Amino acid sequence: MNHLMRELAPITEAGWEAIDDEARTTVERFLSARRLVDFEGPRGWEYSAASSGRVQKKAATQPVPGVHLQVRKVVAAVELRVPFRVSRAELGQIDRGASDVDFDDLDDAARKLAHAENQTVFEGAKSADIAGIVGASPFAPIALEGGYETYPRAVAWAVERLREAGINGPYGISLSPAEYTGVVETTENGGYPVFDHVKRILGGPIVWGPGTEHCLVVSLRGGDFIFESGQDISIGYSHHDEENVHLYFEESFTFRVNEPQAAIVLKR
Amino acid sequence: MAAGSAGLHEPADQLDPGTIDRHRAVMSIMEEFEAVDWYAQRVDATSDPELASVLAHNRDEEKEHAAMTIEWLRRHDPKLDEHLRTYLFTEGPITAIEAAAEAGADADGPSGSLGIGSLRDDGAAR
Repeated sequence: MNHLMRELAPITEAGWEAIDDEARTTVERFLSARRLVDFEGPRGWEYSAASSGRVQKKAATQPVPGVHLQVRKVVAAVELRVPFRVSRAELGQIDRGASDVDFDDLDDAARKLAHAENQTVFEGAKSADIAGIVGASPFAPIALEGGYETYPRAVAWAVERLREAGINGPYGISLSPAEYTGVVETTENGGYPVFDHVKRILGGPIVWGPGTEHCLVVSLRGGDFIFESGQDISIGYSHHDEENVHLYFEESFTFRVNEPQAAIVLKR
Repeated sequence: MAAGSAGLHEPADQLDPGTIDRHRAVMSIMEEFEAVDWYAQRVDATSDPELASVLAHNRDEEKEHAAMTIEWLRRHDPKLDEHLRTYLFTEGPITAIEAAAEAGADADGPSGSLGIGSLRDDGAAR
């Protein structure tokens, strides 16, 4: 048994299968950063930090004259954990063959976890010393002015700016849910869908980015943004009572930006 | 050993009978997949639709033969059985499955991971 203690839960094989299937479907729907950045791992729950290849200049000392002591700089792994509960009555229905099971609390937890992961990658996590893509980009944001029909022009400018900086494509874009909807439902003067035009300019995907307010164009050439998974998104067992089984989502990862110039923000 | 099962790299009298049987199975699997490859090329090349249909049928028969022999080999090779159980009929980046399998190697039960990994369309995972 590993630290998730799943074997201790009063859940049958069929119950676990239904829970895992529902969780996988919901989490995948809301995850957006993983559609744009490099994914490495998973390295396991024991994974604690990623190497930055740098030393902390302030910590350099000479404990003995002539001996130089330096401290390596690492990117510490963050852990995300979201508790949720599943009704034992509902679990009983699964064992009887029901397919319309109430997983509302699980779905809500899955959404929160995905939002937190998206936010950490795009906007960073100050307490964890993780620089997000948005904060790392050295470029002035490109203004989104006017209606959604102006999107192709703004995206073309963003791509041009990245190319000028020597950042090759293909490129992808993450859009906040409101912007995504606007782009999907708008057509240009000739009736050509804005969504298709933008995708053509990028050469890569347009990603629905729930949990984030920012829109940004990133290079997908690889090596610029590294999401290193320790324990990939998992479900563990906490405890149970007469009514419910209390479970939780858990994952650990580091995120680092190797090339800040490989992304540019679009701002309305 | 008959010519049809030739290809041993060591004298037959120094080999375990099980090793020789597995050798027979491996040779058969190689022959079946070679036949699949040949048939597939001939299906592409012929301009006669009826011949293409017959050849495609035969090609797919060879796949069945290969699958049956792989199953025999799996039942007689515990390590191969272990690897096939890890990698076959899975989804997502294959290299991520290896990393997940290694990370969870110490666990007695199921890992609990949802196995999501990279969601990039180009499968960019390392």
